[in-house]
Amino acid sequence: MATIVAPPSVARHQARYETGIWSWLATTDHKRIGKLYLYTSLLWFFVGGLEALLIRTQLWGPNGRFVTAETYNQLFTMHGTTMVFLVIMPFSAAFFNFLIPLQIGARDVAFPRLNAFSYWVFLLGGVFMNVSWLLHAAPDAGWFGYAPLTTKAYAPGINIDFWVLGLQILGLSSLAAAFNFITTIINLRAPGMDFMKMPVFTWMSFVTQFLLALSFPIITVAVTFLMLDRFYGTNFYTIAAGADPLLWQHLFWLFGHPEVYILILPAFGLVSEVLPIFSRKPLFGYSVMVYSAMVIAFLGFGVWAHHMFAVGMGRVADSAFAIMTMLIGIPTGVKIFNWIGTLWGGRLRFTTAMKFAIALIALFTIGGISGVMHSSPPSDLQQTDSYFIVAHFHYVLFGGSMMGLFAGLYFYYPKITGRLMSEKIGTVHFWMTFIGMNLTFFPMHFLGLNGMPRRTWTYDANQGWEMSNQMATVGAYLLGAATLLFAYNWFSSMKKGPVAGNDPWGAATLEWSIPSPPPDYNFAVIPTVTSRTPLWGADPGPGPVTYPAPAGNAAPPKTAAQLHITMPTATIKPLIAALGLGVMFTGLIWHKNMPVMLAGAAIFVASLYNWLLTPLEPEHH
Amino acid sequence: MATAALADAHAGEHHYTSTGLNSNKIAIWAFIGSECFFFASLISTYLIYKGKSVVGPFPHEAWTNPATGKVMPAILNIPVTSMSTFVLLMSSLFMVLAHAAVVRGDRKYSKIWLLATALAGATFLGFQAFEFTSFVHEGLGLTTNLFGSTFFVLTGFHGAHVTAGVLWLVTLLFIDYKRGLGPRDAINVDICALYWHFVDVVWIAIFALVYLIR
Repeated sequence: MATIVAPPSVARHQARYETGIWSWLATTDHKRIGKLYLYTSLLWFFVGGLEALLIRTQLWGPNGRFVTAETYNQLFTMHGTTMVFLVIMPFSAAFFNFLIPLQIGARDVAFPRLNAFSYWVFLLGGVFMNVSWLLHAAPDAGWFGYAPLTTKAYAPGINIDFWVLGLQILGLSSLAAAFNFITTIINLRAPGMDFMKMPVFTWMSFVTQFLLALSFPIITVAVTFLMLDRFYGTNFYTIAAGADPLLWQHLFWLFGHPEVYILILPAFGLVSEVLPIFSRKPLFGYSVMVYSAMVIAFLGFGVWAHHMFAVGMGRVADSAFAIMTMLIGIPTGVKIFNWIGTLWGGRLRFTTAMKFAIALIALFTIGGISGVMHSSPPSDLQQTDSYFIVAHFHYVLFGGSMMGLFAGLYFYYPKITGRLMSEKIGTVHFWMTFIGMNLTFFPMHFLGLNGMPRRTWTYDANQGWEMSNQMATVGAYLLGAATLLFAYNWFSSMKKGPVAGNDPWGAATLEWSIPSPPPDYNFAVIPTVTSRTPLWGADPGPGPVTYPAPAGNAAPPKTAAQLHITMPTATIKPLIAALGLGVMFTGLIWHKNMPVMLAGAAIFVASLYNWLLTPLEPEHH
Repeated sequence: MATAALADAHAGEHHYTSTGLNSNKIAIWAFIGSECFFFASLISTYLIYKGKSVVGPFPHEAWTNPATGKVMPAILNIPVTSMSTFVLLMSSLFMVLAHAAVVRGDRKYSKIWLLATALAGATFLGFQAFEFTSFVHEGLGLTTNLFGSTFFVLTGFHGAHVTAGVLWLVTLLFIDYKRGLGPRDAINVDICALYWHFVDVVWIAIFALVYLIR
């Protein structure tokens, strides 16, 4: 749009943004934004984990009275909502941000300021939703918020308002990020890197962005209806007015099932980076991996009603969705075999990252198989709304997504911080997580098959549920301890860890060709790519057997200015635009306060215009 | 969102891109893809709830209020909306002419056609405001029945998109007056045009499914 020449004060202005708190508030650097995502999701991971521990404490024994039923409802709702929208998605977003430009040989994302905006809006959405705890009014209708249960008639409190508006805000963040990454991957690949030479993490992320861009508008519409019903008295979910009680379920799961793949595909991408490096073999069946992800994404839009077998859709619909669900198991199973094929005959090195990656293969397979079990409606009717389902999706989301993300965190730690994480503590962390995870969730299969309903606040004695519940609670505390150990390892290794150098693992892709942590411009010279594994050449070679000697006092990389590389200007406008949105939504939840809403909208529009009419980079004349 | 993407505008102009395409243009296509699902959800809801309203007024049939005995005629005014539809469709033609004028560096006609497009969009919005107020006057509000809720929310969201488009056009016009739009700005007018045509196409779907099909 308009190119208004930057005033000469820009340089002075910019200096303020180079260090301290301003350097974070005004950053447009994808690596810094990635770190912001990472630390924010780590924080929410602790909040969501604490909620899980409170749930497990309540369920330790029969007739537990540790928390009230009302609080319990808030805990399981916020645990689910937090782990899905504030932990796994932004953890993945941290990797999208940090890795995609590095993997494709770019200096930043296509729209750096929009990227900052996405982060600030995400932070705002998380804070907005969790403020409800301070008012003792956290959302309490489950992470799927089924309407009409969530309409004003059945949920008159402010609880659901926080949930509805929080989801609206988070949706904006995800959509903005999706357009950004789609454009980045299509348009900012280094010369020579055609689509079939892209690293697999970038590929999985690319597919995920399409899922985000196409499924979030659906939840946005569903939630907008609910918002209008709750705030302005429309009838979308009012049964008395003739509304369909299944409308929400259809819209929600039409988003919700692609969402499942949004949560798992980035983790699949991360383990697809880790496994080949520690097997010293290129990924087995690269193109099958890529195409199976596309098939998963495509079929992912056609299986939503398997979440609704219990509502009685009729034989034809049930059969169609059952068949589609069984079909989607095929491309997912193909990935499992590709990973095993990668390990087969490889020179395996069992680093912590590798252990987590292999754990994903095993645990996700268990979760996947129980998923195929409830693709059959008769079987599903026995399992639905029982703890069997809780076991299933925790094997997929903890055993799958979180294990993959942990693999990624250990693998990319040296690239992010410049140092290696302690493998000794890492190994302990891995085994605690692996044992804790199975101890928590495996007994839930039996609880479910023995009839324990999910979301139940408490249960009576003598139903044979005590033992399994106690095992699960012990496992959950073990997981809590493991996560604390992980945090300790993360922060202590930042000072004590050995210096990593460019490529401590002997890895193959572009991000390992540059210093760790990378300079703000990433690549001094944009590389030209000729293969999928540019750092390996024709043969992966034996790779480093032990960690390389610390790089010592290597000279710090040159600055962008020394290399005459123009980088995007730092700016706080995206933050201000996000704050405007925050004011707007606060006005809405605060008794529909019109002046506050209008003020928020004005701040948003004004800062958006200001940002639109200011060039991204300083002008050179 | 689209405008936000447009923001980081000149990224595509003097940087290498893999496809040779302008990044903003790719972003707007991604945005339009997303918007298709947005409007598809709204339109599907309208269609699912079609004929399900418990009380009137109804879109295509008259309704007698059992409480008052008052007869309410079918509420949609198809001749009037056909006119506003025609105006909106013509605006797409003006948009094409505006883009062509910017491409050939014709300062005079770029202003004329941008103004015509914005005015046609504003006229459509005027028709919509008239339609909404007359419906409310006739007894159909946002909360009256399922038809009211689905109709106002669907067409309201479309109207909001037209409003954003008019603001975008006015901004381009403002820039044209301030420093003139030349061939190097063509890509930005092109992106605005993509959005504008998309909003137009959505209206064709809404007009056919809501107004014409009984």
